[in-house]
Amino acid sequence: MSDILNPEMLLLIFAAAVATFLTRVGGYVLITRMKTIPPRMEQALNAVPAAVLTTLVAPAFFNGGWDVKTAMLVALMVSLRYPGLIMLAAGWAAAMTSRHLFGF
Amino acid sequence: MNREDVIEGLKGGAIIAISSAPFAILFGAVAVDNGLSVLDAAVMSATVYAGASQLVGIELFGHHVAPWLIVLSIFAVNFRHILYSAALTRFISHFSPIQKFFAFFLLTDPQFAESVKRGEDGRGVSFAWYLGFGLSIYFPWLFFSGVGAWFGSMIGDPRTLAIDVLLPTYFMGLVLAFRQRMGFYPVVFASTLGSIAAYHLVGSPWHVSIGAAVGVAVAALLPLPASEPKPIAEEAEA
Repeated sequence: MSDILNPEMLLLIFAAAVATFLTRVGGYVLITRMKTIPPRMEQALNAVPAAVLTTLVAPAFFNGGWDVKTAMLVALMVSLRYPGLIMLAAGWAAAMTSRHLFGF
Repeated sequence: MNREDVIEGLKGGAIIAISSAPFAILFGAVAVDNGLSVLDAAVMSATVYAGASQLVGIELFGHHVAPWLIVLSIFAVNFRHILYSAALTRFISHFSPIQKFFAFFLLTDPQFAESVKRGEDGRGVSFAWYLGFGLSIYFPWLFFSGVGAWFGSMIGDPRTLAIDVLLPTYFMGLVLAFRQRMGFYPVVFASTLGSIAAYHLVGSPWHVSIGAAVGVAVAALLPLPASEPKPIAEEAEA
C-alpha cells in the first residue's frame, strides 16, 4: 500500500475505463445503424434492467448463508410497502441481528 | 439550461448518492485492502464509475488474476450498459454529440432507470436534468470512494458491520422496482436460473452476462401484446 501512482495499475484502470465506456456507448452505436426498432427487440430491451440486475441478486442469495438469506427475505417483504432506503435498512438490521444475536 | 430541471435532477441524484455512499466507502476500503493506493482507488472511481464492476475488478486484482482477464471481467459485468445505451437512445436523440458523450459516460443503473421512467411518462429527458442527476451521483461517488480508501484499514471485517449484505439487497430493490412491467416474472425467473447455472458451470463473472442474456431472450420470445401497452413503471429511487 503506497500513496504514489503505480504506472501498471494506472494502465489497468484506464483499460477498464475504456472497456466500460465502450459498453456505455456501444448500444447507441448499434441502434443508430438500424432505422426502426422491431417490436420484439424493443420488448427485449425493456426487459434488460430487470434481467441484468437479477443476475447480481440471485447468486448472492443462493450462495449466501442463512444470515444473507434472512436479510434479503426481510428486505423483500419490507420493499412491498416501503421505499428503497428503508428496505436497505431493514435488510441490514436483519443481517446484524442474525449475525450478532443468533450467531449465523 | 432549465434551472428547474437541474434542481430536480440534483434532488433525484442526491437520493441515489446517499444510498450508494456505503458502496463507495466499501469500494474504497476493499480497494486499499487489495493493494491499491488511495489515489488508485480515486482514479478508478473517477474514470470507470461503475460500482459493481469496480468491486469485481478489485476482487480479481487481489487474487492476482491476469490484467487482461480483469479488464474482460469488468467488461462482462458492464455489458448491460450496451443494452442500456440502446434503450436510452430514443429518449436523448435531441442531445448534441458532446452532450451524448457526457450522457454515456454518466450512464449508470439508476441513471438509466430514472431516465427511462421520465421518457416513458412524458416528462422527457432534458440534458439539464440528466447532467444534474448524473453529477450529483458522480461527485459523491468519487468523494466517498476516497473516504472509504482513507479509512479502509479501520473498518476491519466488513461482515461484522453487515456491509456485505447491502450490495445484493440494493440490487434486489432495483429489480423489484420493475415488477409492474410486462413479462417481469418470466424474465426474472429465467435470469435467476440462467445466472445460477452459469455461476456453477462457467463461473463468475460470466454468470452476469449469461444470466442476463437468458432473461432478455425469454423477453424477446414472450407473446407480443395485441395493442400497444403503456408500461406503468413504478421504479423506486434506490
